[in-house]
Amino acid sequence: MLGYVLGRLLAAIPIFILVAIFIFSLVHLTPGDPAVLLAGDNANPQQVEKIRERLHLDEPLIVQFGIWAGNALQFDLGESIYSNKPVTQLIAQRIQPTFVLAAVTLFLTVAIAVPLGVIAAWRANGWIDRGIMAFAVLGFSVPVFVIAYLLVYFFAVSLRWFPVQGYKPLSNGLLTTLHSVTLPSIALALVFAALIARVTRAAMLEALSENFTRTARAKGLGTFRILVIHALKSAGIPVITVIGIGFATLVGGVVVTESVFNIPGIGRLTVDAITRRDYPVVQGVILFFSALLILINLLIDLSYALFDPRVKG
Amino acid sequence: MSVYDQVSATRGRQGGRISAAAGYLAANPATAICFGVLLLFVLMAVFAPLIAGDPVKIDPAQRLTGPSASAYWGRDHLGRDVFARAVYGSRMSLLVGFSVAAIATVFGVAIGIYAGMSRIGGAIAMRLVDAMMAIPAILLAIAFAALMDAGILTVIIAISIPEIPRMVRLVRSVVLGVRQQPYVAAAISIGTGGLPLVWRHILPNTLGPVLVQATYACASAIITSAVLSFLGVGTSPEVPSWGGMMADARSFFRIHPELMVYPGVLLSLLVLVVNVLGDRLSDALDPRKMVRGSV
Repeated sequence: MLGYVLGRLLAAIPIFILVAIFIFSLVHLTPGDPAVLLAGDNANPQQVEKIRERLHLDEPLIVQFGIWAGNALQFDLGESIYSNKPVTQLIAQRIQPTFVLAAVTLFLTVAIAVPLGVIAAWRANGWIDRGIMAFAVLGFSVPVFVIAYLLVYFFAVSLRWFPVQGYKPLSNGLLTTLHSVTLPSIALALVFAALIARVTRAAMLEALSENFTRTARAKGLGTFRILVIHALKSAGIPVITVIGIGFATLVGGVVVTESVFNIPGIGRLTVDAITRRDYPVVQGVILFFSALLILINLLIDLSYALFDPRVKG
Repeated sequence: MSVYDQVSATRGRQGGRISAAAGYLAANPATAICFGVLLLFVLMAVFAPLIAGDPVKIDPAQRLTGPSASAYWGRDHLGRDVFARAVYGSRMSLLVGFSVAAIATVFGVAIGIYAGMSRIGGAIAMRLVDAMMAIPAILLAIAFAALMDAGILTVIIAISIPEIPRMVRLVRSVVLGVRQQPYVAAAISIGTGGLPLVWRHILPNTLGPVLVQATYACASAIITSAVLSFLGVGTSPEVPSWGGMMADARSFFRIHPELMVYPGVLLSLLVLVVNVLGDRLSDALDPRKMVRGSV
C-alpha cells in the first residue's frame, strides 16, 4: 500500500513540472511586449523599463522560468500587476466562494447522478432508462450558462425564491451561504451529473452481468441489496474515475458560472486577470487549478484501494 | 487457411462492420432526425445572406424594438436584427466545431499512432498528454484566446489544443490493442512493416472510435467557442455569434429574456444533435450492440 502511494506521488511530479512549463510558455510566447502593454498608452520609456525590470522581462526565458518556478515552490506566485497584491493572497481571498460552490455542486451531482445511473441500469432499455439517458444527453448538450439563465429566469426573476446573483460569505451563517449558491450549484451539477449518470449506468450494467450478481440473486438477496451493496461497490472505480476527470470540466464550469452569477471567486479572478492581461495572476491561477486537479486525481488513485482490494497488494 | 487469407479475411470483416454500422444508423429514426436538423443548420450557415438581412447594421433609433416585418425576432440594444445575427451566428459555431474536430483528428491520429507504435516516443508523448490534460481545457482556451490577437483562427487553435491530447490517448489505446491481434503479428511475420502496416492494419481499426471522438470534440468545441464569446475573449463583438448574443442580452435579461432565449435554444439544439449523432455512431460501431438490433 505504501509503495503504491509513493509510486503515485512520484508519478505526479514530472506531470506537475511539465504543466508549469506549459503555463509559463503559454503566457510568455504570446505576441506583444507585456511591459509596454502594462505600462499603458501614456507611459514614458523609463516607466516601461521599470516594469520590465520588476518582472525580469529582460532576462532570457529560461532564467525567467527558473525565477518563477523557484518562487512558486515557496508559494510565491508574484504580484498582480493591476492591484500590486501578491497572487497567493488574491487566490486565498477568493477561495471560499469557489470552494463552497464546488463542494455543493459535487454533493448535488453525486446525489442526482448515482441513483439515476443505478435505476437506469436496473431498468435497462425500459422507458425509465430511456428517459434518464435522454436527460443525460440533454444535460451535457445545454451549455452551463444557458441552464444558469433558465434557472435564474424561473426561480429568481419569476418566483423570487433565490437571489438573481451574488454570494453571501460563510460569516453570515451556513444557510444564508447555501441559499446564495443554490442556483449556481444546480446549474453546474446538471451538466456534471449527466456525465456521471451515464458512466454509472454503464459500470452498473457491467457489474450486473457478472457472476457474483447471479450468485447474490441465487442466494435470495433483495434487489436493493444486490444493486447497492454488491453491484454499486464494484461499479465504484469507473464512477470515481470519471468524477476525477469531470473535475476539469467542473473547473471550467465554475469560471463561467461565477461570471453569470457575479460570484467573487477564483473563476472571476481568472476572467478579470485575463481581460486585464495581468500575467502573474493568469499564470498563478492556472497553476493553482492544475495543481488542484493533479491532487484530486492522486486522491482518486488512492481511493481505488478502498474499492478494489487487489490494488492494496 | 494461409496467412494471406487470414489477413485479407480480417480486412474484409472490417469493411463489413463499417457498412453494417451504416445500415444500423439509417434504420433509426432518431439518427435521421438529428442528421436532418444538422443539415438544416449547415444550410442556414451557407445560405445566411439569402435568409436574413444585415447582421451588423446598427440602428439606435430602433433599439430593443419587438418583432417586425424587417426583423422577425426584434432588435437588440444597438438596434441590430436579432434574427439575422442568430442566422449568421450558426456560421461561427459550425466553422469552429468542424475545424476543431478536423484538427484534433489529424494531429490526434498522427501523434496517437506514433505513441502506440514507438516505445520511447510513446512514453514521452503520453507524459506530455498527461500534463496537458491536467490543465482545465476551458482555462487553457480562454487564456490562449485572450492573450493572442482575437480572431476566429485564434479561437479554433485555442480550442483545438486541449482536444488533441484526448484524441491521442484514445488512438494510442486502440493501437496498443490492435498490436496484440494475431493478424497484426501475421502481417509483421510476412514482412509488412512501417507505413504499410500502419496504413492497412492499424489505421482502419482506429477509424470507428476516432469518428465518435471527433463528433464529441465538435460538440464540445461549439460549447467552448460560445463560452469564449460569452466571456468576451473570443472574436470581436461585432462578429455575430450565439455566445456573444447572450453576453449582449445579459443587461436586458429581466425585460427582454427572449434575446437570451433565441441564441440559447439554437446553441443547445445544435450541440444536442451533434452529441446524439455521436452516441448513435458509438452504438452502431459497437458489435455487441449491433447484435441486439435497433434500440
